[in-house]
Amino acid sequence: MSVLESSCTVYELRCNECGKSFGNRPLSACDDCFAPLEVHYDLSSVRGRFTRESVAAGPANIWRYKELLPIPSGFQPDLPVGFTPLVRANRLGQRIGSKNLYVKNDSVCFPTLSFKDRVVSIALANAQAFGFDVVGCSSTGNLANSVAAQASRLGLKACILVPADLEPAKILNTQIYGARLVRIDGNYDHVNRLCTLIADEYNWGFVNVNLRPYYAEGSKTVGYEIAEQLGWRLPDNVVCPMAGGSLIRKIKKAFDELVALGLVEAKDVKFFGAQATGCSPISTAVKNGRDEIEPQRPLTIARSLAIGNPADGPLAAKMIQSTGGYAEDVSDVEVVAGIQELAETEGIFTETAGGVTTAVTAKLIAQGRIHADETTVVCITGNGLKTTDALEGRFHADRAVKPKLAEFDAYLREVDGSLVNLSASAESAAAKSEEALALAGGAR
Amino acid sequence: MSVKITLPTALARHTDGQKTFASEARNLPGLLAEFDAKFPALAQNVKDDNGNLRKFINVYVNDEDIRFLGGDTHQFEDGDEVMLIPSIAGGRCGQRRFLTVPYDESLLEGC
Repeated sequence: MSVLESSCTVYELRCNECGKSFGNRPLSACDDCFAPLEVHYDLSSVRGRFTRESVAAGPANIWRYKELLPIPSGFQPDLPVGFTPLVRANRLGQRIGSKNLYVKNDSVCFPTLSFKDRVVSIALANAQAFGFDVVGCSSTGNLANSVAAQASRLGLKACILVPADLEPAKILNTQIYGARLVRIDGNYDHVNRLCTLIADEYNWGFVNVNLRPYYAEGSKTVGYEIAEQLGWRLPDNVVCPMAGGSLIRKIKKAFDELVALGLVEAKDVKFFGAQATGCSPISTAVKNGRDEIEPQRPLTIARSLAIGNPADGPLAAKMIQSTGGYAEDVSDVEVVAGIQELAETEGIFTETAGGVTTAVTAKLIAQGRIHADETTVVCITGNGLKTTDALEGRFHADRAVKPKLAEFDAYLREVDGSLVNLSASAESAAAKSEEALALAGGAR
Repeated sequence: MSVKITLPTALARHTDGQKTFASEARNLPGLLAEFDAKFPALAQNVKDDNGNLRKFINVYVNDEDIRFLGGDTHQFEDGDEVMLIPSIAGGRCGQRRFLTVPYDESLLEGC
């Protein structure tokens, strides 16, 4: 018998604004006030059943939290999605001024190397239950990759719409799975709007449109894992990249559920949002003390965060401010510096969104908003192999060296001056990096 | 002068199923006033308690978000296409039913 046959808590869709209930159906907005719908759980139905012990007895993936996920009864997951490493980041911490820094590393999430694998697995479970045989999404890349991969695994047809200027690796990483990829001549907001029109006419399951409430719940697993991997305690701060604004809210929701069910002690966790300055509608709202979002036309290399009209932006801005957190944004130069900092200090190669989050974390520490002794978790959500174009021209292969020791020795003397200077050279490189970091953490 | 208005399915329930129709409105406030006169149920659905367009509804003029064009002050031109879309849209009431608990058929009433 599958561990999932006993399945999950009772849940249904409710309007965030007016509270109207909608049962369970492929629907994302309230028909009265048009506010987003959210999955609401009857936590009392799992109280005493969802415990630290029951979680520990589950598989080493997101399905260990199945009681708090909206998955249809009888659903048989076979992909080990999630449960990515939470790594202590001492070297990055030393560089940017934190003694208690962790990286939640979703750049190695299975199967497509981003946190989107979590949300897609939940969305497609529901797509199947609703009877859709075509699924799709509007995407800035990572979601496209994950929908394509997981749809192929489930035998579903996939139709995926992306902005035409997407990174080549993200296009290839969608096409390889046999998905239909439609490049739209416009930015993500144009793509997303088109998808809402398509979902209105076609009986397709768009994971981030008509399946959005279910899809978004998958992000909670980041929060459950952080708490569990910290030894069932909550951090002081979470720094999270923001595109549509959903992930940061769902991590908070996960923490709140764990507190309500008694798995962790209550704590006032501060949430910090990270955006690229070239697309910063949510951080701009937070900095101005508002929760209304003024849309922007994105212009940044952090394309996975380039959503100028974020669907969950108002709610994210409100939540961040309610926790005493803040939101910041960084330039594209700082984004690249952030990617390099994380790689050079922790051996984690993240995409541009991770560069945003790393650089914003440095900035928040420099501003004194995050303190050195506090436990701070930085959410890294995607893999650098998908955005290598952002680093183009920054690294050059030196000349080829003949396979002789004397040639190798000569080569080192050529590039470093002398062998004995190797260690000095390394220190010099570190000093340069610190300069770069000062840029990332300093005032603009 | 005439502009073409396009509504999503969720709003067409107030217009006898019409998803597109012509309007003489010259700007967004004028369009809302026209809704008051011609489609009072639609007007009630899309406006908040203060009479403003609900914050979760976006308006596009020829594919451009009206907020980039000046919002309420933007003047429509003859032949413009004006589209109202909920900011988080998608899904139709009464689509295929879910296979698990809880599902309440009565919730579909009125959709």
